[in-house]
Amino acid sequence: MTTAVAPSPTDHEHDAHHEHPAWLAHHFDDAEQQFDAGKLGMWIFLVTEVLFFSGMFCAYALYRNRNPEVFEFCSTFLNEKLGAINTGVLLFSSLTMAWAVRASQLKQTKTLIGMLGATLGCAAIFLGVKAVEYSHKWGLGLFPGKYYVSQVEGAPHSTVPYLWYLCIPALILLVAFVLYYVYAFVSASKFHLRVAGPLVVAASCFFGGVKLGQVLEAEESHGDSHASAGADAHGHEHSDHAGHDHAKEVSAPSVNLLGEAEVVTHDVAVSPAETNTPESNVNQKGMAGLFFSIYYCMTGVHAFHILGGMAVITWLIVKSARFEFHSKYYGPVDNVGLYWHLVDFIWIYLFPLLYLIT
Amino acid sequence: MIPTFLADINDTFWFPKQASTFAHDVDWLYNAIVYISVAFFVPIVAAMIYFTVKYRERPGYKGSFEALHNTTIEVLWSVIPTFIAGWIFWQGLLGYLDMQSPPPAGTEDIKVIAKKWSWNFKYPNGAESPELHVPVGRPSKMIMRSEDVNHGFYVPSFRVKRDIIPGRFHYSWFTPTLEGTYDLFCSEYCGDNHSTMNTKVFVESEEAYAKFLAEAIKEPEDIVERGKWLYERKGCKTCHYAGKEGSAAGPGPSYNGSWGKPVPLVKGADASGKETLFDEEYVLNSIMDPDRQRRKGYEGAGNMQSYKGQLKIEQVEALAAFIKSLESETPPAKK
Amino acid sequence: MSVVTNPVTMPATHPEAGKEDNYLTHSSGFLSWALTLDHKRIGMMYLVGVMSAFALGGVLALMIRLHLWTPNLEANQAWLLNKTYNQVFTLHGAVMVFLFIIPSIPAALGNFLLPIMLGTKDVAFPRLNLGSFYLWIAGAIFFLFSLFATGLDTGWTFYTPYSIESQGPVIAATLGVFILGFSSIFTGLNFIVTINTMRPPGMTWFRMPLFLWAVYSTSIIQVLATPVLGITMLLLAAEKLLGIGIFDSRLNGDPIAFQHFFWFYSHPAVYIMILPAMGIISELMSVHSHKGIFGYRMIAYSSVAIALFGFLVWGHHMFTSGMADVTTIVFSALTFTVSIPSAIKVFNWIGTMYQGTVSLNTPMVYALAFIFLFTIGGLTGLFLGALSTDMHLHATYFVIAHFHYVMMGGTLIAFLGGLFHWWPKMTGKMFNDFGGILSASIIFVGFNLTFLPQFVLGTRGMPRRYASYKPEFQLLHQLSTIGALMLGVGLLVALLVLLHSLFYGSKAPKNPWGGATLEWECSSPPPHDNFSSAPTVGDPYDFSKIEFDPKTGSYFKKK
Repeated sequence: MTTAVAPSPTDHEHDAHHEHPAWLAHHFDDAEQQFDAGKLGMWIFLVTEVLFFSGMFCAYALYRNRNPEVFEFCSTFLNEKLGAINTGVLLFSSLTMAWAVRASQLKQTKTLIGMLGATLGCAAIFLGVKAVEYSHKWGLGLFPGKYYVSQVEGAPHSTVPYLWYLCIPALILLVAFVLYYVYAFVSASKFHLRVAGPLVVAASCFFGGVKLGQVLEAEESHGDSHASAGADAHGHEHSDHAGHDHAKEVSAPSVNLLGEAEVVTHDVAVSPAETNTPESNVNQKGMAGLFFSIYYCMTGVHAFHILGGMAVITWLIVKSARFEFHSKYYGPVDNVGLYWHLVDFIWIYLFPLLYLIT
Repeated sequence: MIPTFLADINDTFWFPKQASTFAHDVDWLYNAIVYISVAFFVPIVAAMIYFTVKYRERPGYKGSFEALHNTTIEVLWSVIPTFIAGWIFWQGLLGYLDMQSPPPAGTEDIKVIAKKWSWNFKYPNGAESPELHVPVGRPSKMIMRSEDVNHGFYVPSFRVKRDIIPGRFHYSWFTPTLEGTYDLFCSEYCGDNHSTMNTKVFVESEEAYAKFLAEAIKEPEDIVERGKWLYERKGCKTCHYAGKEGSAAGPGPSYNGSWGKPVPLVKGADASGKETLFDEEYVLNSIMDPDRQRRKGYEGAGNMQSYKGQLKIEQVEALAAFIKSLESETPPAKK
Repeated sequence: MSVVTNPVTMPATHPEAGKEDNYLTHSSGFLSWALTLDHKRIGMMYLVGVMSAFALGGVLALMIRLHLWTPNLEANQAWLLNKTYNQVFTLHGAVMVFLFIIPSIPAALGNFLLPIMLGTKDVAFPRLNLGSFYLWIAGAIFFLFSLFATGLDTGWTFYTPYSIESQGPVIAATLGVFILGFSSIFTGLNFIVTINTMRPPGMTWFRMPLFLWAVYSTSIIQVLATPVLGITMLLLAAEKLLGIGIFDSRLNGDPIAFQHFFWFYSHPAVYIMILPAMGIISELMSVHSHKGIFGYRMIAYSSVAIALFGFLVWGHHMFTSGMADVTTIVFSALTFTVSIPSAIKVFNWIGTMYQGTVSLNTPMVYALAFIFLFTIGGLTGLFLGALSTDMHLHATYFVIAHFHYVMMGGTLIAFLGGLFHWWPKMTGKMFNDFGGILSASIIFVGFNLTFLPQFVLGTRGMPRRYASYKPEFQLLHQLSTIGALMLGVGLLVALLVLLHSLFYGSKAPKNPWGGATLEWECSSPPPHDNFSSAPTVGDPYDFSKIEFDPKTGSYFKKK
């Protein structure tokens, strides 16, 4: 086929004809139509997201209805302090995101980038805390489904450095962003500096989240080990925490069940004779393992949505650094904001449903 | 073989024999829907053809643009089908409730165990058989479970079907009305040899049924006969070829000419040797703990399952004796 | 893969390229197609893609039918091993459902026609549209992988626990379905937004052609149901990879839950397949009867009603699975409610012909064949919706015949009818009408010969997915196989007629059939931006102003 094309209006001429600014796609009549289309598209996408998660909520409802005791037993392995911190972090990020939308409408680019950076940082903190939670559980052998290891008192923790594995991608990103920042600094490019700054801060926030998670997790496991150890010799080491430990013993009695068969304070407690009958024991692959399958699926898919959100927020930072947004064109910020609120919203359901059962 | 629509005088063009109390109602509703469908279909197609001819495009003819809407007729053709659909639903519901209602007292309770790709029926007196025997004129209740994947219990002549999902018990009951031999199919797809997972249902008089139960509980005296008897009843036949019977295409190796020969093994839990001899020990291991010595070339999806707890050691001996008796038979030709 | 390269041949067939500006000649080269944002080119690429998938699925179907020529009681003497047979029917189902029927009408014809019929320049998100196409390609590659890998043998339904222990490439296939699901979601999303926000002045909801109503209803289902399939497939992949146990009975999970999850999507998916086909038939019946559609509003509303009721009836695939009795009964009752809107549509189509001027050309013959076959498909649904008869017919050949009458006799026939109807618009070429009618006739006879015997087989108790059967069924099976071969010949004839037109067809006029919708207002093929000036929107079914001009061989609208 020849490349000879008859004189026909090219896109540019066409745009000029309709006086289309660059930010208005050629097939839209005006800014309002473009904004409405984007907004409706995002709402429909959010509907699909809700339905996507609804599958897992159905699975949750089904198995909780079938084995409520499993969910009570297992939720004691989830650290509600970490969950609560993460809820707070995400709620705060929703605030900064909403602020970013406002800033984009007002063309306050500095505030806009700052707020997007803050949102990104909060997301990183969230993931850092999540990394601590996940690695701690993996260390205990709390894997999903058929890889679940029945919890036995005194069983050695796994020595696999799961937390390190989870930190490696963040570390690589941090190094990359720092190098980018150095490059931006050296080349004195204002645009690159505006982009690199928030990225470096956000990547560092991940490690802040990890530290925060470790501190809280350590507090929790002190209480646990003492309470469950009973007459264990280790108890002496924590005598200075006596008051705290007592409180823990009352609040989480089921932790005692991990093998201390004589402590029958809970209806799912098992005597040694009964441990062989599978129906009476929740501490096994088909019971607790199933809970952790649901836990990892729900929080894992949610975490992937956080990652996706972080990717698009980074894209927004680049666009903002080019001063692309103004009062007539802020649809992308608005729509990403909607998405971010939804991700936040889903967590607000996940937190009580998984962490706050007992 | 001459295929025919009329394999038996009791078969109709549409249906296999009516051999249970449910069959009549199901067929009656089926026929009713056939008549209703014809009553809709024929006028629709007739109108279509008539309009195509009458209003065809031709010189000198120009149709009208007027008839676009007619409330009366539109309401009629919405409401009348609604009532008819409602009636069909109601009749289907009544038939279904018959099947789902608890069976009358005095059922013959038969345990059905479905596994890839065989059926096993356990009778109240402890007898087992790979074919289903039920007494005529008395309700039989199937208590069904699956040992591996989804299966389905389907006897076309009884118009009875029930999925058998692993991890659950499923129930089905029916009252056979006509003595004879009927097909029983697995109706839920269950893997490689799904299409061979079928057997027969023998509907027998009370006397014949009682006689069957008495016979079925004793195993033959002769050890080779006993092995063959077990081979036919414990599901071996589904996967292994023996003599001139069983599944020639596998998935299991043929028994013929196997005894005493070396068996190549895959690396498994028992990595001691690359080969072992086909002897009593190997037969015992293969039946009770097949993962220990997997035969090379047979490690795929249709793996042998352990029969631990289902066969006694004397029964394994009998099976070994049966396989030994086939030492000089030739294996089936492989494609 | 042919999917990517074929579109290049399209503009090459235009001798007068360079003389006139249309979407085919607007720009040239491989990249101008591969990176195009033009909905028409994307539609054409989809068309080539789905037809390739259909060819693949069709070959697999013929393999099934040829294998069943004999009863195969001696499994080792049969043409295919049992295992191979299972793989063939699995891939036939999966390829046809996920790669062909679901994207066929909405993604290929819908993409091409929706903006033009609506009177806009493009869909709302052209980049997303191209993205959907590449997601489709990616999903197709996963499927081809599972075709050439060890062989997928789970059935297209992926029922657990068999799919968990199957050695086949279940993970690749589920990820393929997952990706195709997103392709479908984004197409649906795009269409909804386009129709909602981009209708030009004068295009009110009730001035939309019924094809758009149907595509709109379809899009709603795509958007609402597909995510559930997505999560189901993701959980199944996790089941294989991580042993999460949610659907695995050995880990206390529930295989019935999988069936519920699966059918919550896959039943509405049936309406994703059939609704756009009904939309096409509404267009075909009115244009070729040269008369407005009878009961426009009833048809429009019934599309939406089917879309909504379609969400409430998934349980009718599971009547024998041991659901609670009440659940079973409610699902049966709801199932019957869906039959009514479909019946209304059939009556309205017949009513459209009344007092019209019926031109019996290729698209119309396909449309009439559709009504015949779809009516059989719909009526046989009554047998399966009624509980007591379903106990007998479930999972037999009756079900196979029923859904092929709806899916193939319905969707495929409508797709072909629509393809012939809009072919002059899409390619600018007229096809040989006699050849088209010949193909329709062979397909019609072949189709009935293939599937009518299967109703009898099913009623007589022949279970589905069987590689072997009782010898007494042989005659019926052989009739069915002969029919399938005939069907294959008919489809080849249709393909030849279309290919012939590309090279030897006369130039298509603007409005060869006398349609009143907007796509007939622009030239054939349409220019890059669809309309040089904004079209005047009128009643899409007002045929009183449409006149034939013997000089141009085209219809035109009187002022």
